[in-house]
Amino acid sequence: MFFSNSFYIALIIFAAGTVYKIFTWFRFRVGPESEGITTFTRIFSAVKGIIKTLASRKLFTVIKVFLLDGVFQFRILRESFSRWLMHIFIFVGFMLLLLMHALGESVTSNLFPGYYATLNPFWFLRDLFGAMVIIGIIMAIYRRFIRKHTDFTSHFQDIYTIIIITVILVSGILLSGIKITSHAIYQDMADEYMDFATDEELNALESYWVKNFGVVPPHAVEILDPIILDTGKELHDMSCAECHSRPQSAPLSYGMSRLVSPIATILDRLPITTILWYIHYLACLIGLAYLPFSKMFHIFTGPLSLMANAVMDEKSDPANIATRQALELDACTHCGVCTQNCSMRTVFETIPNLNIFPSEKINAIKSLASGKALDDVKFRALQEGVFLCTNCRRCTVVCPVGINLQDMWFNVREKLIAQGPPEFYTLSPLSFYRALMRVPLAGEKSSQPTQHAMDAIAEMFPFKKESEKPVLLTPSAGEGIGDDQRDIEGKELSTDAQTFAYCFGCETCTTVCPVVANYENAEQILGLLPHQIMHCLALGMRDATLGTPMLWNCLTCYQCQEQCPQGVRVTDVFYELKNLAIQKKMKKSLQTKERS
Amino acid sequence: MKYALFLGCQIPARLQSYEVSARKVLSEALDIDLIDIKEFNCCGYPIKNFDYKAFILASARNLALAEEKNLNILTLCQCCYGSLKKAEHLMKEDRAIKEWVNQILDKEGLAYNGKIKARHFLSVLHHDVGLDAIAKKITRPFKGLKIATHYGCHALRPSEVVEFDDPVNPSIFDELVEATGAKSVSWPMQLECCGAPVSGVNDELAMDLAEKKIKNAKQADADYLCTACPYCQMQFDTVQNNIYTLRGGNPLLPSIIYPQLLGLSMGMDAAALGIGENWIPITPITQFLS
Repeated sequence: MFFSNSFYIALIIFAAGTVYKIFTWFRFRVGPESEGITTFTRIFSAVKGIIKTLASRKLFTVIKVFLLDGVFQFRILRESFSRWLMHIFIFVGFMLLLLMHALGESVTSNLFPGYYATLNPFWFLRDLFGAMVIIGIIMAIYRRFIRKHTDFTSHFQDIYTIIIITVILVSGILLSGIKITSHAIYQDMADEYMDFATDEELNALESYWVKNFGVVPPHAVEILDPIILDTGKELHDMSCAECHSRPQSAPLSYGMSRLVSPIATILDRLPITTILWYIHYLACLIGLAYLPFSKMFHIFTGPLSLMANAVMDEKSDPANIATRQALELDACTHCGVCTQNCSMRTVFETIPNLNIFPSEKINAIKSLASGKALDDVKFRALQEGVFLCTNCRRCTVVCPVGINLQDMWFNVREKLIAQGPPEFYTLSPLSFYRALMRVPLAGEKSSQPTQHAMDAIAEMFPFKKESEKPVLLTPSAGEGIGDDQRDIEGKELSTDAQTFAYCFGCETCTTVCPVVANYENAEQILGLLPHQIMHCLALGMRDATLGTPMLWNCLTCYQCQEQCPQGVRVTDVFYELKNLAIQKKMKKSLQTKERS
Repeated sequence: MKYALFLGCQIPARLQSYEVSARKVLSEALDIDLIDIKEFNCCGYPIKNFDYKAFILASARNLALAEEKNLNILTLCQCCYGSLKKAEHLMKEDRAIKEWVNQILDKEGLAYNGKIKARHFLSVLHHDVGLDAIAKKITRPFKGLKIATHYGCHALRPSEVVEFDDPVNPSIFDELVEATGAKSVSWPMQLECCGAPVSGVNDELAMDLAEKKIKNAKQADADYLCTACPYCQMQFDTVQNNIYTLRGGNPLLPSIIYPQLLGLSMGMDAAALGIGENWIPITPITQFLS
């Protein structure tokens, strides 16, 4: 009663959880494009899309992807053989255990009428599948906890997954091993099936089982006399062999039985097998009930994500793209392959923001998509992390569950930089991808985030707002141009940048600058022109140059530097000023957490 | 000849035709071994504006990975080239930076000690392979095709760091183009910037600069622009396409990447070279083949 009831409770939780999760795929919003599409429309579009796909040639693509990437997991194999081996061991081993062992009564015995758990080949196979999972788990533990990388973090879900599988497996093997040694269990079976036998015969059978079946008796048993053993064998062949293969054929269980044999008689007096059975059974039920909320859910969402991405592209119905992206959030297993391949991962050394790593930012996006508001610091961290991306697509190409990560970053990025505080990293070639996407991004609006950042930096520019006001050359505290001078670490300019000192004011830099040449009213738009920036530096007014728009419109084409007769490394000076300006602004923005 | 092929971030994601055509001409026609190093990361170019040290580290790690295999890097991108060169230069000149970088790289068992160099695709073709060897492979030279070569700033300048060609009067790209039978036209704005570095930062400025250059090349009677950098190429293709969508008018001049031009003149199949993948079509260029 307890067992079937608890099973049904677990099953109901599992089913309800799955339905809830599926519902969230139609409700959660990842990017701004999903705004304004109702849950109803999304469900309708999904049904339409699925029917259309299944009724077209794309069906073959779906089947192919399901088999190759879903079942055989070629995408993992392509990335790393050892990782594939680990996963395939756990996956195949566990699935087969589930079918043959857990569902033994309903599946295996229907397929193989002679099925009996302790009979070969089933007993051997159970241990073989168990061994596969155990090897896989050991590889996973080694990878996750022993051979650690700085960019490889473990979350609750990762640890839970390893623990639950380990508990199920270890309790099962322990149980099976102890059962082999248990004299009490042997005695129960003997009582049940050998009620016709004489005491002498029973002793002979006991000897035979102690000798050959690993039973550990609580008293002395004759195991050397060949005549007794022969009698025992006869009885065994008559009454036991039909259901019992020799335990040596189940190496894990038998090995475990040898391991516990010194204490087997003590264990036999305790209800240890019952306890282990409960642990084993309840662990399975917890695994089942919690599955939709754990990363194990990827056994469903992984293939779904792979199949959806195989037949969808950027021209697909936006409602379906929104749904796919919500589904993808559930498909992520936090395996870290994306992060290992991330083009930007070295940046973590100087900008220690975990959200640079794809496998980490997707976690923050999960909370964002569910509608939870991130606090200021988390929001900033995600905004920065999602912008520190070259859109190289590597994460998307390698993702074992086929998540279109690049599209996800793009969507989230657009949302965050449009809403959040100024993102200064937009003032770099990282924005190039946004320019390419300018037409789909609806033209004019696309430049708002960069303008926002540029305006925030221009606040530091003393010449712009009140051009009539004299700028102090010897700044006093709280006023003028030098008030924040000590804010910036490493304020010494590098040797390259110190070449500004050679400037003799010939203005060649400004004359050859294609940006200056592009404007009739260059000074109004660009603020300080290149030679003026050099001049400011010579006057010791470095901070006054930091806000000038010239810096952010610099092409870094090096014309000025190449043609300077004095060897001033103008472009390199600009780079350093840009670094300083952003450092200074970031410091302020983090202090005040200004938002708009 | 053997090089570590450095693709960077743009080419695999957005300009696969560059990779495909470059591999075809280098490996198939010119017998160059291209070794792929999967661990390569971004060259650091896009982050220079806000974290110069992170940029040097990123570039130096790539150099270290190639040095581990004792291979020179061959890069197809001029911005990657400029970045790798700058890192190469600084790792030689600046001891403090070198120590800092190698200390971090040491965690992965890597180090860069200046034993290998970064090379650009065009220099490898011109200096290592040589015009004569290329000429021998040309089976279908172009006839009457006028090309405006766009060198790209980060390959040319700063010249003391990049050591690519004469920064004021470069010639290797023109000679490589002429090797295919096409004529390299002379055009005043040849060495100007394409605008890509500020694309996305100040789109109007980026489009202004691209438009000016394209018009100038057109005035010099060019039939096609030719580039050897993904940023420049996308600026002249995707962004030019954006220009006429947003500002009206018609695209003036399509742009082809050099390995496609070379591949065609070597008799390679146009589709296999990715000729059909541009926004602004370049398929008619095959009409100039003899």
